[in-house]
Amino acid sequence: MTVPERPEWPETQTGTTVPGRIWMLRGARAAISIPAFILTAAFVGYAGLARETGLTLAETLAMTGFVWALPSIVVLTGALSSGMGLLPAGIAVALASVRLMPMTMALMPLIKVPGKTRNWQLLVASHFVAVTAWVYAMKHLPDLPREGRLLFFVGFGGSVSSFVFCMTAIAYLLVERLPDIVAGALFLLTPVYFLCSLWGASRLNADRVAMIAGLALGPLFFIYFPGLDLLWTGLVGGTLAYVGTRLYRRGLT
Amino acid sequence: MTDVILSETWWWPFVMILVAGWLATDVWRWLGVFAGGRLSEDGELLIWVRCVATALVAGVISKLILFPQGVLAETPVWLRLAATGVGFAAFFAARQRVVVGVLSAEAFLLCGWLALDKLG
Repeated sequence: MTVPERPEWPETQTGTTVPGRIWMLRGARAAISIPAFILTAAFVGYAGLARETGLTLAETLAMTGFVWALPSIVVLTGALSSGMGLLPAGIAVALASVRLMPMTMALMPLIKVPGKTRNWQLLVASHFVAVTAWVYAMKHLPDLPREGRLLFFVGFGGSVSSFVFCMTAIAYLLVERLPDIVAGALFLLTPVYFLCSLWGASRLNADRVAMIAGLALGPLFFIYFPGLDLLWTGLVGGTLAYVGTRLYRRGLT
Repeated sequence: MTDVILSETWWWPFVMILVAGWLATDVWRWLGVFAGGRLSEDGELLIWVRCVATALVAGVISKLILFPQGVLAETPVWLRLAATGVGFAAFFAARQRVVVGVLSAEAFLLCGWLALDKLG
């Protein structure tokens, strides 16, 4: 079940303190990883879409940097190209981004040192919460000493987003139009990568059941309650998985 | 309408990106920081929150596969499902190595796609 590519952290055993700067650099080094390349490829695919839609380079990059969540970026691109108003576009993007709230909530107890970490630090770090960094963090942060986790996460998230930002710019400038089959293959990367890594990051049976429930309910809610579908998928699927596995763990107590 | 004039200025898309993009996205992250700050690392509440987050992300996955955007939508749904299934199976066969899963799914998709192109 373990992944061999995980680096070793000798201080974890010995208890020696490591300066924060070093944790940030370690996070940056860990960012040179398969997930980062897959995300880059997905953004290269997006750069093609943005250019075809008629977005300028500056607009494409502003979205990449400020929004930093691919599904929301795709929604906003659609809104910009169809000349949607500010309010409906904001609502559409907000609906596509609801998932970031429970994701950030689940991450907080991992990266926070109670009584020491300040809220502004967490607010800054939270900008890097998107599926790739989140899945990586949920899987790897528990192995690090608590003091290093926040800076490691910032180093990881900051490097991944800077690298993706530059590659998006390069792709926008160089790739006039991707061949259909390449663009299609790039679009499939993201779901398959999410599927494998989300399973790899699950620690409890509850997580795995929640994942299966979400996979099954997602399309159903999308057909019957479009708009709020992801929120319902999360709440209904997650709660079913939680209650079901809790009954299994503890019986009816 | 002022909207028409606004949408023709160079800065209007950036207002859209900042307000309808950045604010509409980051507000959930900030809410998550405040709501998650009080959760304890091994509490039951956190297990539930994680279940909700996991189910949500899983919902994103199945939507991306069943109702994709762009050119991928032109491929038949069974091909996308089969490619994903092959990828996930390869991921397990390779003792949960994500790279193997992703590359297998892509290889299957590309072969299937090219074969369909030839036949059609």
